[in-house]
Amino acid sequence: MAALKTVRIGLWVAVVALGLTAAAAAVMLRQQQPAEGGFGKGVYSLVDQNGATLDQSMFVGQPTALFFGFTHCPEVCPTTLAEMTGWFEALGDEGKDLKAYFVSVDPERDTPAVLREYVSWVSDRITGITGTPEEIDKIAKAWGVHYERIPLEGADYTMDHTASVFLLDAKGEFQGTIAYREDSAVALGKLRNLLAKS
Amino acid sequence: MIRLLSAAFAVALLVATPALAHNGVIHLGPINISVPFTRATLPNAPVGGGFLTIENTGTEADRLISATSTVAGDTQIHEMKMEGDVMKMRQLTDGIEIPAGETVELAPGGLHIMFLDLNQPFVEGETVTVTLTFEKAGTVDVPLPVMAAAADGPAEHAGH
Repeated sequence: MAALKTVRIGLWVAVVALGLTAAAAAVMLRQQQPAEGGFGKGVYSLVDQNGATLDQSMFVGQPTALFFGFTHCPEVCPTTLAEMTGWFEALGDEGKDLKAYFVSVDPERDTPAVLREYVSWVSDRITGITGTPEEIDKIAKAWGVHYERIPLEGADYTMDHTASVFLLDAKGEFQGTIAYREDSAVALGKLRNLLAKS
Repeated sequence: MIRLLSAAFAVALLVATPALAHNGVIHLGPINISVPFTRATLPNAPVGGGFLTIENTGTEADRLISATSTVAGDTQIHEMKMEGDVMKMRQLTDGIEIPAGETVELAPGGLHIMFLDLNQPFVEGETVTVTLTFEKAGTVDVPLPVMAAAADGPAEHAGH
């Protein structure tokens, strides 16, 4: 009888602990939501590397890795794209549903044709996205992505930008990020989690 | 026989010497330049980064004040850094100080030579040359072997 009571108390403690964890998670998630309607929520009209029109529904139906960059990027973007290719290779069949998008934060220079060659050389699993500066601004705001034009000597410029890869489940809901140059075993663990949930 | 062996040894030395020079250090007065490399560029990528290590064995500070190359329309000295999850890149118009007795690394994720408006893509296995000018030590040509697109270092340093 006493044993049963102990078990019952133990179970209630577990319930309370779970509740607290959920509440803490909810608070943390809410803090990450910069835009109304939830993190990553927005309405926009963009074009892919082949000139086809895309909107926010591109994230629904399959798990997604989402990255913002530009082709005049000397290091972060080519490195991240090369790493993405490595993830696809390592996941093999397990990752067959996973899609990746490379959204340009420099749409004035990154036309669909420029993006097509740039991304497809790395992997046919990564789709390049561009659009008008206004629409790019909308998707960047939705994801809390910072980007800023920085002038260089002469007429040239470079872009500061958020370098994390966003992970979205099949409903298009934000599930986490992979940091720039994150250890590949950690990155693959996060991707496997995402695939298991999607 | 002994003469033959020593001749063979001398030939071996002669053969080995260029390899050592290839993997070794470029000297310019008290400045030593080592582990130079760059990375293959993706199609349509009009920019590339150059990396190398500069050691100042002298007793006074020097400064890398310019980089030029025929492979690019413009070559600049840059710094990249992560602020939180945001990548920031800045041109260093005053160059990079190389303090006396110290070593400064131009490496992925930090200081680098920035090639803008490339005349041709950087192809893995090829070499591009950058001309570096130091305030005191003068000017030197540095060949940069082109490594893979996400390489962290030259071949003998791969796998870090």
